[in-house]
Amino acid sequence: MMREKVAQALASDVAPTLLALRGVGKVFSNGVTALSSVDLTIREGDFLSLLGPSGCGKSTALRLIAGLSTPTSGVLDWRGGGSLDRANIGFVFQEPTLLPWASVFDNVWLPLRLKGISRAKAAPAITQMLARVHLTGFEDAVPRELSGGMKMRVSIARAMVTKPRVLLMDEPFAALDEITRFKLNNDLLELWQDERFTVVFVTHSVFESVFLSNRVVVMAARPGRVFDELAIDASYPRDEAFRTSPDYAALCRQASDVLIGAINQTAGPHHDGH
Amino acid sequence: MTAIDESPLTLDPEEARRVRQERFERTGRWLLPLAIMILAICLWDRICVWNEIPQYILPRPGVVLQTLYNDAGLLFSSLLVTLRITFLSLALAVIGGVGLSVLFAQSKWVEMSFFPFAIVLQVTPIVAIFPLINIYVDNQTTKLLLCAWIVAFFPILSNTTLGLNSVDRNLRDLFKLNGATRWQQLRYLRLPAAMPYFLGGLKIAGGLSLIGAVVAEFVAGATGQSSGLASRIIEAGYRLNAPRLFAALFLISLTGILIFLVLSLISHLILRRWHESALKQER
Repeated sequence: MMREKVAQALASDVAPTLLALRGVGKVFSNGVTALSSVDLTIREGDFLSLLGPSGCGKSTALRLIAGLSTPTSGVLDWRGGGSLDRANIGFVFQEPTLLPWASVFDNVWLPLRLKGISRAKAAPAITQMLARVHLTGFEDAVPRELSGGMKMRVSIARAMVTKPRVLLMDEPFAALDEITRFKLNNDLLELWQDERFTVVFVTHSVFESVFLSNRVVVMAARPGRVFDELAIDASYPRDEAFRTSPDYAALCRQASDVLIGAINQTAGPHHDGH
Repeated sequence: MTAIDESPLTLDPEEARRVRQERFERTGRWLLPLAIMILAICLWDRICVWNEIPQYILPRPGVVLQTLYNDAGLLFSSLLVTLRITFLSLALAVIGGVGLSVLFAQSKWVEMSFFPFAIVLQVTPIVAIFPLINIYVDNQTTKLLLCAWIVAFFPILSNTTLGLNSVDRNLRDLFKLNGATRWQQLRYLRLPAAMPYFLGGLKIAGGLSLIGAVVAEFVAGATGQSSGLASRIIEAGYRLNAPRLFAALFLISLTGILIFLVLSLISHLILRRWHESALKQER
């Protein structure tokens, strides 16, 4: 079985490398060093969280991976040697970022529409994707008629409708209330386990990163850099029972200690940690 | 039934007062201006009677209405001429304004280079430009159209340009990520995003195209070349025919109000599902 194979590969750490960042740095035009020589290997099928205080360059790293920005030093080495193929990337922003004038259906259609696929031809994929994020029946609603959680579901459906190999998420659930966030966490994990794409998930929540990921990469600020990495060895599927388990609590504690270390390591006089 | 079952429907005095206030405001919104308008017309009539003002200086409202009826053929055929210029120039203003703003949106350099020309056209009084147009353009309709267009196109151009440039940054990134072409970004993102701005400009341009048409006719009418409402006003002025002058004025303002209302309705219908400006506030 495919899934067993991937799980095995994950366990033995030999899943093929999808993307390697080698000495990647980014200096903005105003002289701020957002990232400084980041080395990071992302493996096929990873659910990798970038965890860190604000200013640690985690969002910058995500934008570099997406190709929305170019590194000032170092290379991004995609498997197969070439540069990235944008068709293989889905991106979820911190805000839902939907077209306010378009219906839910048409919002999810957008990436396919931009590839020249007609509404009728795209319909089965859209309907299926909306069902996956539990939005069946809301096809004709416009974004302002939806709650924050539902808007985020539309955003995820839109990112996933092209069946990308990599899903990049930039603090997607930060603005949601806890109950909604838990639900979306569960649904996202379910989706990931079924489809086995690779996720790079930016967050500042220890609890969220531990619950979701198999790898947590902790970053430190000023300059933004990789501080440490934690393997989260708990098995999938993870559900509400995992959320209340002692294992989860211990892992959170561990990750939290590393994060505190990263915050204390922050160069400069302002380690206020926000 | 217990008392508890009945109580949820009763409002506390504070809330009840708010609801009453709201109801009063709702009817007051149209009743009050209407009452004041009627009062003003009555007062106008009385002032004419009390001071025995002759009809050629200030006609009574009833006489104006009578003239509107008696001269209907003449006045409405003139109105039609003015309306034709107004709507044609508005249509051209939409095409020109949107077309130019799309062109401007292609590059900051194009916008920086050509926007000053649009501003020059806008700030120079049309009455001062007309003699030039009169020399260069032969066709009567073309002359009037050009004048009205110059007055009306600017708000559409400046508003639509602003709208095309105020697209959400993340949405732009999303289009980039999905490999959207320039045309796709314009068609599916920037034009729809500019719609509320464009409609705001259209509402202003609607009124301005009427003003432009009437002003152009005035200048042209002074040389006896026009048959629109403005020429009726000039003619009536020469003949001290104040009732007809008032009747023509009434028709012009009525037209302006109708244009505004129709454009507001169109704007509301297009934006009502998604734009903040058209949403009903729920408390």
